Amino acid sequence: MHQTFTITEIRTENYRTKTFIFDKPLPDAQPGQYVMAWLPDVGEKPFSIAGANPLALMVVAVGPFSEALHRLDVDDRVWVRGPLGQGFTLRGRHHLLVGGGYGVAPLLFLARTSLTDGHTVDVCIGARTGEDVLLAGAFGSTDSTDFNRLAEKKPVSSVQSVDKLSITTEDGTLGERGLVTQAVEAAIAARRPDCVYACGPVPMLTALAQQCQAHNLPHQFSWEAHLRCGLGICGSCELNAQTRQVANIPAGWLVCKDGPVRIMNHES
Amino acid sequence: MKPALTCDFLGLPLRNPIVLASGILGTSADVLERVARAGAGAVTAKSCGPAPRAGHPNPVAVDWGHGLLNAIGLTNPGAEEEARMLAEARTRLEPLDVALIASIFAGTVAEFGDVARIIAEAHPHLIEVNISCPNVADEFGTPFAATCESAAAVTEAVKCNVGDIPISVKLAPNVPNIGRIAAAAVEAGADAITAVNTMPGMLIDAEAGRPVLSNRTGGVSGPALKPIALRCVYEIARAVRVPIIGTGGVTTGRDAAEMLMAGATAVGVGSAVWTRGPEALGDIAAELAAFMAQEGYQTLNDLQGIVLRL
Repeated sequence: MHQTFTITEIRTENYRTKTFIFDKPLPDAQPGQYVMAWLPDVGEKPFSIAGANPLALMVVAVGPFSEALHRLDVDDRVWVRGPLGQGFTLRGRHHLLVGGGYGVAPLLFLARTSLTDGHTVDVCIGARTGEDVLLAGAFGSTDSTDFNRLAEKKPVSSVQSVDKLSITTEDGTLGERGLVTQAVEAAIAARRPDCVYACGPVPMLTALAQQCQAHNLPHQFSWEAHLRCGLGICGSCELNAQTRQVANIPAGWLVCKDGPVRIMNHES
Repeated sequence: MKPALTCDFLGLPLRNPIVLASGILGTSADVLERVARAGAGAVTAKSCGPAPRAGHPNPVAVDWGHGLLNAIGLTNPGAEEEARMLAEARTRLEPLDVALIASIFAGTVAEFGDVARIIAEAHPHLIEVNISCPNVADEFGTPFAATCESAAAVTEAVKCNVGDIPISVKLAPNVPNIGRIAAAAVEAGADAITAVNTMPGMLIDAEAGRPVLSNRTGGVSGPALKPIALRCVYEIARAVRVPIIGTGGVTTGRDAAEMLMAGATAVGVGSAVWTRGPEALGDIAAELAAFMAQEGYQTLNDLQGIVLRL
């Protein structure tokens, strides 16, 4: 069943993205898991968990439901069921996080989890253009005072600082010009990670899967599909055969329950 | 001696009596094969109708603590596309020795016949006739499972369109005398009965002041459905002499044993896939074998229908 969460703060991340911070934690949530957010009379959609204590969701306005969420104010309520699905599981000590577009949301949660444990974290963020680069400040902040202040109450706060943050945009308006896979290649060359964690659009993930396979690197990617029940029963969220094949995902794998994170921990 | 789980269902040998219920997964050859590999004795595809349907908008399913409430809304690709999927699934299941059950629905008796004819071309081992979906009443009216006359009319229309493929009619739990409905279906040509579909139900979110499902009402399944299903299977087994796929709230091997004791020949498993994953089917079969060993049952016949003989 759904639980009600009340919005305590709304942050504008860019021209179409807001982060909603709620009044209480989401117990037992792991980075990479998601929730179904329900607005009565509007609908119900899946969102990555951007922070769990308290719950934070980053919402990009791309359709009627997310636009309705954007119209909410502090003190308004959202109905949530979850956490759902399989999240990331930290492997080793050196982590490379790769986020495409709004795929950065679960990675900030993951980065904060891994830095808490004292591991090293490199981050590559890719986007079409500069204004689509999200949460770069949160990943990139090295100001520990700033972190401590934010960490008191605010879930989508800066991490203690990642070791290296690379930004790539397709048009070169921010960071390096090109695709995020180039930055990933450089990051792997600079320091071979124990595992690569990624979330973003399917074409980015399939390219990255091939890259990880070529480098014989364990990887954990969060996949997107049309999620409906969120319980692994309705069968709406299978990935297409081509994507599965490239990413070495078994037939019949359900994004909503087996995923969204596919864990490929064994070196191939 | 290790108990035998093999069962004969209308002459079809099943390696075990655990069947994936219709409406849970069953949307593609890939997921059907996955459930088959996970240990099912047979798998049922999700119901298909004459034309493609997107189904209802979210929320379509919730866990309310005692099972699920769902109104997916008969999402399906239409009979023609479904027949292609079933043919592919049949090929994949053949080497696994797992039977394939198709499931069909329609809005009129004539359409039931049309869909049956198209689906029969894929040669499933059994065709289940879903006359009891509780979640499409706005479009299709009262389910055909509500009266003897409509249940018999659909059964006849399907039976004369499927050649020698056996059919099982899936009944609704919310009728005053399910034994009479089953008898009417059997008289009209049903080779087997599947019982039961989900129980119509509703959840309201008090803070929202709204029904939780977009369809407002849905079907109750999972543990809350088990006592209702057991009683229905028992009543049907007393009324007719055809095999029954007993479905409703089976989550463990012990639940499966109870369903067999009520008179079922095979046991449908659906909502347990949410709590236990697709592996639930094989696991439940293994638990059933362990239960039989513990209680000294050698074969399914030893426990099948024992409460009917009291």
